[in-house]
Amino acid sequence: MTTKSISLTVNGKTVEQEVEPRTHLADFLRHGIGLTGTHLGCEHGVCGACTVLVDGQAVRSCLMLAVQADGAEVVTVEGLAPETGGDDGLSPIQAAFREFHGLQCGYCTPGFLTSLTQLLMENPDIGEEDLRKELSGNLCRCTGYAGIVRAALAAAQAYKEAAASGMGGSR
Amino acid sequence: MKAAAFDYHRPANRAEALDMAGSLDNAKFLAGGQSLVAMLNMRYAIVDHLIDLNHVSDLAGIEMTGDRLRLGAMTRQRAVKDDTALAARAPIFAAALDYVGHFQTRNRGTVGGSLGHMDPSAELMALATLMDAEVEVQSKARTRTLSIADYPMAYMTPAIEMDEMITGVTFALPAEGHGWGFHEHAQRHGDFAVCGVAALMELAGGTVSRTAITVFGIGMAPQRARAAEDLLAGQTPGDDLYRAAGDALDDLDYTTDAMASAAYRRRLAGVLTRRALADAATRAGGDRR
Repeated sequence: MTTKSISLTVNGKTVEQEVEPRTHLADFLRHGIGLTGTHLGCEHGVCGACTVLVDGQAVRSCLMLAVQADGAEVVTVEGLAPETGGDDGLSPIQAAFREFHGLQCGYCTPGFLTSLTQLLMENPDIGEEDLRKELSGNLCRCTGYAGIVRAALAAAQAYKEAAASGMGGSR
Repeated sequence: MKAAAFDYHRPANRAEALDMAGSLDNAKFLAGGQSLVAMLNMRYAIVDHLIDLNHVSDLAGIEMTGDRLRLGAMTRQRAVKDDTALAARAPIFAAALDYVGHFQTRNRGTVGGSLGHMDPSAELMALATLMDAEVEVQSKARTRTLSIADYPMAYMTPAIEMDEMITGVTFALPAEGHGWGFHEHAQRHGDFAVCGVAALMELAGGTVSRTAITVFGIGMAPQRARAAEDLLAGQTPGDDLYRAAGDALDDLDYTTDAMASAAYRRRLAGVLTRRALADAATRAGGDRR
């Protein structure tokens, strides 16, 4: 087993490290560079807790090898706020989760936030039925999803208003 | 759990990838990884070498020429679902892809990965069976084409060799103006289907001129419901006819597993077939009465 040298961007910063090929991206983020905001629930792609953005697309970081992220631009939950965050340091989706009680224990939350970041960027007009279907890839065992769905719909509204006033950020 | 140790290879082109597959022991191709990496994490699969196809450029693409659709093996499931030309010509693809995992897994998951993994509930395998697809495989020594009927060999095992790579799949699209239906039942949206049905219907002069029905998630591989297809030929669409077709599914093999019994799957197959046929007839401009 030969280690590989990888170089990637995580939340805007360049990271270079030697990794074992078997190390998946989530373990690399958590143990390799100490970004423990990405959570591992099931480690086989079912729960969605470990979702991060790779080149703008939401992916399961447990189902991608760290070595495959060589050259990629990765954004984790820690990186969601800086670009679009308001005075409170939260992205519109994070702010909506706080306002509408979109979390209880918080374990699944990073996966919901990163997933919704792609979803609402691409489709801020999404309705509740489609939203619930698209969120089926993220499991929450606390909330019963009601607060999460309310928060997501409120955040979608914020994205639409931002787009209408020409203030749409990149994320 | 964590994957057992392996070596990682990143070929830059197809020839390099095929060289590696021909020379490395206990090697597997890595496509989107949405099944394989999970299996590695759980140590259901233990490999010595992974050959990552994500940097081989000529394996992805969607080509439609007349009534043929070719999908390159590394075409992302998302790209198939979002293709507007395909959605206009054969909307069943986008409808079926909507059930393939979740949008996060479709961002990486590939067409070839799904065919190679051959999960019994895989929607892409169901479409391939529905549309008499041909699977192209290539090794260093040869290139060959398998008809979808000859493709499944055993549970989650296609009839391809260790050194062979799936390079693409070609579907025979139904005629313009055809109707289609796609229904499945799973424990949550995007989970493995307990049973699913895909149907196509063409009408001429108010009667069924051609139909195809595939039931999947019920056994080793998707199955064409030939008896039901024969029963529909030349008939006038209507609820009684769909019911009769749903009742004519005893020629298929149904499996019992932890999720559901064979009898329950048989029941679901009947109900979902009725619904899929009703949708197909409506979309073909037929009379549902």
